[in-house]
Amino acid sequence: MVVEILISACLVISGIFGLVGSIGLIKLPDPMMRLHAPTKATTLGVGGALVASMLYFEFVVGRFSFHELMITLFLFLTAPITGHFIAKTHLHLGHKPEDLPPTGSDRPWASYESDEARAAVETPESAASEAARKG
Amino acid sequence: MMHKILPHPYLTLLLIVVWQMLVNKVTPGNLLLGTILGVLIPLVTAPYWPNTPRLRSIPRIVEYVLIVLWDICVANVQVAMIILFKANANTRPAWVTIPLELKTPEAITVLAGTITMTPGTVSSDLSADGRSLLVHCLDAPDPEAVRDQIKARYERRLMEIFE
Repeated sequence: MVVEILISACLVISGIFGLVGSIGLIKLPDPMMRLHAPTKATTLGVGGALVASMLYFEFVVGRFSFHELMITLFLFLTAPITGHFIAKTHLHLGHKPEDLPPTGSDRPWASYESDEARAAVETPESAASEAARKG
Repeated sequence: MMHKILPHPYLTLLLIVVWQMLVNKVTPGNLLLGTILGVLIPLVTAPYWPNTPRLRSIPRIVEYVLIVLWDICVANVQVAMIILFKANANTRPAWVTIPLELKTPEAITVLAGTITMTPGTVSSDLSADGRSLLVHCLDAPDPEAVRDQIKARYERRLMEIFE
């Protein structure tokens, strides 16, 4: 009984955050802000469903199940990378370097550095000294 | 010698655990197969990942993971409130530059991933020299506070783990 309430609570939480993430996709005005909404759906939204699944198999079916943890692991590995790619694409298409805050060094953000500029700075010698600095 | 056989001992351990999760049952046979994969895969992929990062202390990693999980829950609720109850005209999106003290590529990757997974912030770009991180905040009336919080809460702990 207690476990069933817990499982339902997890499922409801997961549903609510999935819904709020989708509402955010509709409501928020520009692409960079919309990118924030799906990070919720993947973290608490999917997380709640996975915890519910583990509880269900442990206490209702009576079989220990832990491959849900791997879904969490893969989500934590892939979500930041896709988010990063979408953000970089957006920077290339819709932003000018002047709109962004300065990097604090004499080189620009990686999205805006041309291959020629990069090659000019990163000569083989400087790459070697960089490697030595990092140990 | 040890380094030749196991170029990435933590990766080996992770692969063994992941294999148990894939099969969803821990038996001696699965452990053996997981160990074989865990030794072979790092050996084959070692040329793509030449430097082994040094991890200082396991308890600190556990502490970091717990803090990040807790922050994800708290920030989820905060962002849900912003989406549901705050008018678009009142949200203040902002770009924040985070100067990095971390040098190890693995540590910077973990920091960028953490920033993206905690809702409300997305790490968008790295400067060409790898010394600062560009972060987009959904609602940050005070961008400097966000920068200081990320540096104090996550970067300081990653410094202790990786460097």
